[in-house]
Amino acid sequence: MAKYITKRVVYMFISLFLIASLTFVLMKLLPGSPLASAEKLSIEQREVIYEKYGLNDPIPVQYIRYMGNLAKGDFGISFQYKNADVMTLILKKLEYSVILGAQAIVFGTVIGIVLGMIAALKQNTIWDYGSTIIAILGISIPSFVFAVLLQFIFAVELEWFDVGLWNGWKSSILPSIALAMGPIAIAARFIRTEMIEVLGTDYILLAKAKGANWFEIAFKHAFRNALIPLITVLGPLAAGLLTGSLVVEQIFAIPGIGEQFVKSINSNDYAIIMGTTMFFSVFLIVIILIVDILYGIIDPRIRLSGGSK
Amino acid sequence: MEKIIEVKDLELSFHTFAGEVKAIRGVSFEVFKGETLAIVGESGSGKSVTTKSIMRLLPESSTEFKNGQVLFGGRDLLKISEREMQKVRGKDISMIFQDPMTSLNPTMKIGKQIMEPLLKHQKLNKSDAWKKSVELLGLVGMPQPEMRMKQFPHQFSGGQRQRIVIAVALACNPKLLIADEPTTALDVTIQAQILELMKDLQKKIDTSIIFITHDLGVVANVADRVAVMYGGQIVEVGTVDEIFYNPQHPYTWGLLSSMPSLDATEDKLYAIPGTPPDLLAPPKGDAFALRSEYALKIDLEEMPPLFKVSETHYAATWLLHPDAPQVDPPAPVMERMKSFPGSRYYEGNAGGAK
Amino acid sequence: MTNKLEKLPKDSFERITIDSTQAEKISKPSLSFWQDAWLRIRKNKAAIVSMFILIFIVFMTFAGPFMVKHDPEAVKVSHANLPPKVPGLEKLGIFDGVGKLGSKTVNLYELKKIDTYYWFGTDSLGRDLFSRLWKGTQISLLIAFVAAFIDVVVGVIYGGISGYYGGRTDDIMQRIVEVLIGIPTLVIVILMIMMMDSGIWSIIIAISITGWIGMSRIVRGQVLKYKNQEFVLAARTLGASDRRIIGKHLLPNLMAIIIVNMMFTIPTAIFFEAFLSFIGLGLQAPKASLGTLINDGYKFISYQPYMLFFPAFVLSLLMIAFNLIGDGLRDALDPKMKD
Repeated sequence: MAKYITKRVVYMFISLFLIASLTFVLMKLLPGSPLASAEKLSIEQREVIYEKYGLNDPIPVQYIRYMGNLAKGDFGISFQYKNADVMTLILKKLEYSVILGAQAIVFGTVIGIVLGMIAALKQNTIWDYGSTIIAILGISIPSFVFAVLLQFIFAVELEWFDVGLWNGWKSSILPSIALAMGPIAIAARFIRTEMIEVLGTDYILLAKAKGANWFEIAFKHAFRNALIPLITVLGPLAAGLLTGSLVVEQIFAIPGIGEQFVKSINSNDYAIIMGTTMFFSVFLIVIILIVDILYGIIDPRIRLSGGSK
Repeated sequence: MEKIIEVKDLELSFHTFAGEVKAIRGVSFEVFKGETLAIVGESGSGKSVTTKSIMRLLPESSTEFKNGQVLFGGRDLLKISEREMQKVRGKDISMIFQDPMTSLNPTMKIGKQIMEPLLKHQKLNKSDAWKKSVELLGLVGMPQPEMRMKQFPHQFSGGQRQRIVIAVALACNPKLLIADEPTTALDVTIQAQILELMKDLQKKIDTSIIFITHDLGVVANVADRVAVMYGGQIVEVGTVDEIFYNPQHPYTWGLLSSMPSLDATEDKLYAIPGTPPDLLAPPKGDAFALRSEYALKIDLEEMPPLFKVSETHYAATWLLHPDAPQVDPPAPVMERMKSFPGSRYYEGNAGGAK
Repeated sequence: MTNKLEKLPKDSFERITIDSTQAEKISKPSLSFWQDAWLRIRKNKAAIVSMFILIFIVFMTFAGPFMVKHDPEAVKVSHANLPPKVPGLEKLGIFDGVGKLGSKTVNLYELKKIDTYYWFGTDSLGRDLFSRLWKGTQISLLIAFVAAFIDVVVGVIYGGISGYYGGRTDDIMQRIVEVLIGIPTLVIVILMIMMMDSGIWSIIIAISITGWIGMSRIVRGQVLKYKNQEFVLAARTLGASDRRIIGKHLLPNLMAIIIVNMMFTIPTAIFFEAFLSFIGLGLQAPKASLGTLINDGYKFISYQPYMLFFPAFVLSLLMIAFNLIGDGLRDALDPKMKD
């Protein structure tokens, strides 16, 4: 296990190193240097700034410094917001995004698990079909379409919510629901398949032969075994949420990281784009690593006995 | 002798996408107190389905009981409610499945799995159930039972797991134990150990056993009586000696001839030609006729009834009809029959089976 | 019971000989893998309906722009922001050209004295949304198909080589994949798009740059599974060349899983294109794709919700159809599901 974790951590750093190098190359290649907005500066002033940011140094030196700064958590300085450093900006906006993401993932997985359980236990009934339809819609329809629809129905037409401004927790309800559609669908489908598979195993038959009733079979025996593999989809789920949050935050004007990221794309603020990209990468890579390690710890027990088929 | 369970005219179908599969077509048998009845037959002959229908473990949505009764303790198990049935399962009748690798819950400690029926049926409190479970584990020959109670199934070998499954099955001293090919998935050496254990435990707790297998060697080892199933029907039933040394049905002949033996003089193994009947459209007459070299004209017309051979021995073949021609069974079977008093080939003195 | 039986005619007990080969007869007609799969998928109503919807949408992407006489990219400011108006339907009170002007609800066609019909309305530059929608769908589908095709080709070749040759080759190739898989798709797609000029090909490249990894891992897994199975070992024992083993023994077994995965790759690509366009990294006007149309529509959601609804509906329909067909194919082609 320790060997596996070490190996994974090494790969994680190689991946991050690649991404960081790529962002550095992009920073150098892309039009719009940190001074693009400062063309009116005199040559002396420009020299001062070049000196200050070390832009006169040879590229390899800049590269090493850039990587060193990243390692320290210093993502550089925003062009757009006068001299605000990117890390501080991200941390300031983090709160809103975390609220949305956490609400969406908790709400999404809980509802998804319930739907999946109902579908599996009432297989081939109207309940099953209903839950399957919800799952198909949730997987197929992008979260930004949901977001726009929710906004149109509940904010524009029904006027239950404010349009396009952050006004405390209430403003997080619609975007959280829009983001949760994906997790609901994925969890529901996953739990349904797992439950049906588990319900067909010999150990469930043996539990029945022991005289266990419906409730004991569903919850004491099957549920746990169906739930554990759900860990594997948490990684992709987090990635999906992140992707969704970029647009959903923009649609609902949530002052989170995603909204700022999209704004920076449209205003060519490369420092923020690259900084946020690095931040996202670290976030996703760490989540996937945790999920894999978690599953690796629980997995042998399942792989060795349950899933021999 | 006291009848523990009696199955009468059981008929059962599965509804599948392809149509109605008539899996059990009129099966009757009984099991007496303390005896072991072996049910033998090829895959798909209906032996597992028969026992699962006693336990009502077949998927409700696709199974249809067409006819028959399963009488147990004065009740018809097919008529009682699911709630009542749950009180029978694991307490009065318990079951052991084929593959010990998959029949234990991988995420539950085995102690909890053994205690489950005790807590449920015998209403023991936790510490008593724990003590009883440790006792049971010791009884099935598990070393260090206290410590092993806290382990998960993947920490046990296949043979050990089957011992645990047996411990679970015997937890509430059931009147009837159904063992569905309990040794098929095990190594030969482990097989013998498990069979010995079962025989041993049967004596200790005086339970009856229905033993399903396709291995005639195992049958000879454990059974008191044998029922031979073919195409969803019992074609021959009798004591183990009657079936092995005085078989009457051509299918039983086939089975016995295809059993490899160490002292066989011929080096070619006998194989029954053809495949089992398609139970989507079962044949009209004797289901085995198409594969039999002893087929009669009537076999294609009418299903043979069970003819009585002795008080304990019945066979469903038209060959036993008084009008039927005398036929000689295959040579190896005839050899066996020579040693059975009461068979038509009995040669007297030679140290017979009884 | 014997009493009743004695009535049976004597001759019914004559022995007969049955050709035991008869019993070996297989009663079911033998079906090839693909025939069997077709029978299965035919039973899956959702997949069949989805297939028809998909065919209809593909047909419309070609026929749609020619069904009206408006050019999808032609700007006509005097015809800007018109609501949908369809001949015939207008008498029913829907699609009658009535829309909002400020806070009043008026018939904008009458107001602006326009006697032509815009079935799905126009955008803020007076471009016809009906032809734009189908043109945009066409481009979205093109991007998705090409990206999926690249994923399949690269993924199958990479995974196939890695799995088939094994050993050191496999080791090195898998180390590379393990590093690449660590890079989040979202991040790499955005970085790639920023590096290139926005256009159809940049989007395709950005989507495929990591898209093939999933396919390659699946193909590698399958090749590893099959290459040590008896039928391949038998072929090798009989002296079959690598080429023959790959072409005749491995590929046919991989086809099912490749097709199923491609079916799920396409909607992912459609999604990413729409997503990129929505956050402003996609195609630039006057070109349209489903993503840009949704983005345009979103800006006018309060006044002209139809601008958003038509492309959002087609996008959702496409995604659902591809997912349902993918599900259907997976069920139909999965040998485990055979009864």
